[in-house]
Amino acid sequence: MAKLFLPYHLKKETNNEDFVQVEGKNLREVIDNLDKMYPGTKEHLVEGNRIKPGLSAICGYSATRKGLLQELEEDTEVHFLPSIAGG
Amino acid sequence: MTTNFEYKKDYNVIGTNPIRHDGYDKVTGRAIYGADVKLPGLIWGEVLRSPYPHARIKSIDTSKAEKMSGVFSVITSKDIPINQNKNNDNLDQIQKRVLNVNLKRDVDNILANDKVLYKGHAVAAVSASDRNTAKEACKLIDVEYEILEPVKNVDESIDKNAPILLEDLEADHLGKIVTNTNIAKHFRHELGNADNDFKNSDYVLEKEFNLQMVHQGYIEPHNATAHWDENNHLSLWSSTQGMFAVRDLTAGFLDLPISKVTSNYVEIGGGFGGKTKVYLPPLAAILSKKSGHRPVKMIMDRTSVFQGSGPAPGGKIIVKIGVTNDGKINSGAVDIKLEAGAYPGSAIPAAAVCCLACYNIPNIKVDAYDILVNKPKSAAYRAPGSPQVSFAVESVIDDICEKMTWDKIDFRLANASKEGTRKPDGVLYHKIGFIETLEATKKSNHWNSKINKRDKNKIYGRGLACGYWHNGGNRSTVDLILQDDGNIALNEGSADIGGTRTSISMQVAETLGIPVENIHPSIPDTDTIGFTATTGGSRTTYATGYAGWEAAKKLIDEMKKRVSILWEVPQEEIMFKDGVFCSQTSDLKLSIDELASKINPTGGPVTSTASVNLSAAGNGFGIGICDIEIDPKTGKTDVVRYTAIQDVGKAIYPQYAIGQIQGGAVQGIGWALNEEYYIEKDGTMANTSFLDYRMPTALDMPNIDVILVEVPNPLHPFGVRGVGEVPIVPPLGAVANAIKDATGTRLYNTPMNPIKILEVIDNG
Repeated sequence: MAKLFLPYHLKKETNNEDFVQVEGKNLREVIDNLDKMYPGTKEHLVEGNRIKPGLSAICGYSATRKGLLQELEEDTEVHFLPSIAGG
Repeated sequence: MTTNFEYKKDYNVIGTNPIRHDGYDKVTGRAIYGADVKLPGLIWGEVLRSPYPHARIKSIDTSKAEKMSGVFSVITSKDIPINQNKNNDNLDQIQKRVLNVNLKRDVDNILANDKVLYKGHAVAAVSASDRNTAKEACKLIDVEYEILEPVKNVDESIDKNAPILLEDLEADHLGKIVTNTNIAKHFRHELGNADNDFKNSDYVLEKEFNLQMVHQGYIEPHNATAHWDENNHLSLWSSTQGMFAVRDLTAGFLDLPISKVTSNYVEIGGGFGGKTKVYLPPLAAILSKKSGHRPVKMIMDRTSVFQGSGPAPGGKIIVKIGVTNDGKINSGAVDIKLEAGAYPGSAIPAAAVCCLACYNIPNIKVDAYDILVNKPKSAAYRAPGSPQVSFAVESVIDDICEKMTWDKIDFRLANASKEGTRKPDGVLYHKIGFIETLEATKKSNHWNSKINKRDKNKIYGRGLACGYWHNGGNRSTVDLILQDDGNIALNEGSADIGGTRTSISMQVAETLGIPVENIHPSIPDTDTIGFTATTGGSRTTYATGYAGWEAAKKLIDEMKKRVSILWEVPQEEIMFKDGVFCSQTSDLKLSIDELASKINPTGGPVTSTASVNLSAAGNGFGIGICDIEIDPKTGKTDVVRYTAIQDVGKAIYPQYAIGQIQGGAVQGIGWALNEEYYIEKDGTMANTSFLDYRMPTALDMPNIDVILVEVPNPLHPFGVRGVGEVPIVPPLGAVANAIKDATGTRLYNTPMNPIKILEVIDNG
């Protein structure tokens, strides 16, 4: 199961837990399953077939470039964070 | 999900300092920059800019300008194709193509629609037979403004009675949509429970810091040449860190398919993040089309660069850090309000991570606010957001060490981030080199030497500060072609800001086992190389170098196939080492250049292409030690010695790495001591030339000593982490701490210029 760390403002949707454990082989499945556990969370994370603009999904140590297709190994940490650009 | 590489200690090419491939052209003036582009029938474009920082545009009358002799066309925001489609579905399709950019906002930034939001905001543009005619024609455009009260800083912006800049803004404040606000975004990172755990601290220090907006100060101004031809194809040449970004954004603004736009590479005379934005190319393009498909050139003057392009945000930062008597940080809270400028999008996402990234703190709370003000829309500037927050945090850390009489390096070592530490956003570090960087600092000659107090009439002080930048990955492409003489033609898509042609070539040469002089790099146009992301985030030597390594491995595989045909042996029996193919079963040997001369009968030319889309980044840490000399009569502060210590992962070309670090340190020192957008009471910038906007020159600076620490990044085949941004982070804090050491008084606002120094000395 992946360990999902949600943005601060969504924590109240998940009983203020630091993270929630969710089944899924890839990011799409994990987010779909999260939405089943906590209805309404998906719309904050996904727009159409992609991660919501302005958000990055950190899978493990760094932002995924595969979007919702990112495969997830057991216990992978997933963080949803504001996108960062460099100079 | 990620490959962990193992490293050689000795390389043939990597770690050397060969003659750079672009060196001759650049020192002889042959290299082609944006201003050098000349096309048959070229005409000039010029921009009319707003004299007011905040005003509503009531009307624009271009008729007199259009009638002027020599004028070809005049455009306003209504001439931008995307503005003509604002209410149709096409905009959404275009928007989806250009991720993470709000085209509706950006198009208003390049040419104002109903409001001007900063002095220098573009209002109209003219094309004419020559530059002076275009400038004169701009003066004939009548714009009627309703002048509005300007919002000059964070405090004014968040005041409940503040004028609202963007009436249609729907802002996200901790997940709630808020209207009628100048706070464009508010988000929070939280680890543990900082609010609660400050109660368990033995000492807590909370301080507020204010910073002014500063500019990147690249010497080459923004420029663009555009030719929108009769076949509806647009060709662009512009000074940019990302030719693909120019293509995509311009195509977006102009409602064109990207295949109708070719962005050509020209050299870049400095960017430092400021040339990740697009200002002139869409305007030059529309003027070209409206001027009978003539090519149009536009170049900003320096005042326009200051007033009309994106600087680094100023803002207000409040830092609260709690420590326990055993020398540990148990809680940290940072409140970050950065000036977005006229439209949303300051560097708060990065600032919110960088602020406490150096330290392993169990309880962290970071609130970050993106604040609209009537100043140019901010842009990236080397490690965007990190120097501002580092200035504040490292000042507080320094004061805590003094209060608790703790050694400043030992305290940082005891609290240093390492593999497994969580950053303020909760993400874990992989292998990082901050502890090694601190240890190198502790052992350095500078830290172990006394300050050279060369003049008894001056005051001296030493400061130390740390900084962090995450460094980027993203998409890159490299093509390799084996030439008949055994040399390799290399095409790549990254703008070469810091010598990346050579650093990429060196990684290819190392992999192929040949001298780097045998690699001939080129940067073609956007039709000729696969997508490559903007040179930014210190990503290019890392990501495009990674693509080069992969392309070289593919080239070796293809060459092995050809050798097997020549030798009539199975491919599996062929070994490759140090540029030579040899047989495992006989004495047959063949070098790459020998193979090249025999290759055509085996199937024609040998080429390879590799594209990567790297998610991983190599977190970078740097430290600055700064000695200053203050003249107590004038308040003038000189940096007399500065040492930058940085974990670079692996220095591919050490002199380039050192040069990047020296440049970043100097820019950070200028930011600390002198640079600012000096804003008058009416909201206009007073110092719009390099005479008045005081950047340091070589005469102001000592040699910047550099200590390279090499803790290889496990996510890159050669251990590269990225170099160019980290070094600008520590100087602000290091200078501030040196001033505190010299004067006994803490300065909380940048720039720490002679006026502020004299106040400290006079009061102290």
